[in-house]
Amino acid sequence: MHTEELIRVLGADQQVSSRSTAGWLALCLSVGFAVSAVLFWMGLGPRDDIATAATTPRFVLKIIEMLLLATAAAMLALRLVRPAASARSAAVAVGAAIALLVAAAAIELVLVPSVQWSAKLVGSNSRICLTAVPLLSLPLLAGGLYALRSGAPTRPGLAGAVAGVVSGASAASLYALHCPDDSPLFVVTWYSLAIAGITLLGWALGRHVLRW
Amino acid sequence: MHAANRGDSAAYERLLRAIATAVRPVARRGLRRAGRATADAEDIVQDVLLAVHLKRHTWDASQPISPWIYAIARYKLVDALRRASSRQHVPIDAVADTLGAADDARAPYARDVERGLERLPQGQRMVVQTIAVEGASISETADRLKMTPGAVRVALHRGLNALAKEFG
Repeated sequence: MHTEELIRVLGADQQVSSRSTAGWLALCLSVGFAVSAVLFWMGLGPRDDIATAATTPRFVLKIIEMLLLATAAAMLALRLVRPAASARSAAVAVGAAIALLVAAAAIELVLVPSVQWSAKLVGSNSRICLTAVPLLSLPLLAGGLYALRSGAPTRPGLAGAVAGVVSGASAASLYALHCPDDSPLFVVTWYSLAIAGITLLGWALGRHVLRW
Repeated sequence: MHAANRGDSAAYERLLRAIATAVRPVARRGLRRAGRATADAEDIVQDVLLAVHLKRHTWDASQPISPWIYAIARYKLVDALRRASSRQHVPIDAVADTLGAADDARAPYARDVERGLERLPQGQRMVVQTIAVEGASISETADRLKMTPGAVRVALHRGLNALAKEFG
């Protein structure tokens, strides 16, 4: 086909996708989150002492940490699907959310006597954490990747990995309602490991499904 | 682009022509550097035009447009080179033949969109071809193909999305 002919065809097509990628991402992630929440309630459910736990700073902190990480990563993902958009401030926000995790763990090391460190770090629940968080991430990752396909990521693998962080951190915020281990030492170790796994999966999938 | 988003298709076509002119040397240079025939440049130009068109909602209207266009062009160039390196090499005679054949007095010609067009469902292909080759408007196309203008618009948009997928 001649380029001039193609231009004529493109000029005739007046349909601009009117929905913003941000709104679309929010919608798809909400659907994924709803599916994950149902799975969570069927499979695990919140811990028995949730009412008292919700008043303890460590419990509240771990949920806030995960929500902050998910939000910052979602902002970064939205930058990455716009060609030539600067992703710096969003990347700084993700860095800050990770720094909060590390800082909380460092403060915990100061507050807790060193004989308890390894007990806090190992916790009682790491195997469930490493299984549940990735599983609960899957509906969110599917929703996130599906939404990002309407964008134009010039680095599809990176955008997929960031979608993995969004879904992993969101799933972890759900799982945190169940998990009896509230120590920041546990969170920084096992939650991070679980999220890293789903990030890797997001990268591998993104390289294929986010190409355009 | 602002005009195009308001529905001024003449301004939009001028913009697309300017983009084609700007991207063509970038594509040629990239192909030459990769040791490939610069005859393929027009395929990249058309791929970029399709991408600019279908992804125009990813341009932030408060930002200058050229970095956005060049980022798309770079992505599509790298993508084309990567795909080509995994594809079988065409014997040089065949390339030379098509070079001669494509050397037409009209605007530059590309084969990928043509190939994609052959794979479209009949209805979408008819709509795209009627507009492309005959320069028909939406309503003329609707009359000629006995479709409603709305159906023509939908078929056109779907057809362009399908064409873009052929590149990916």
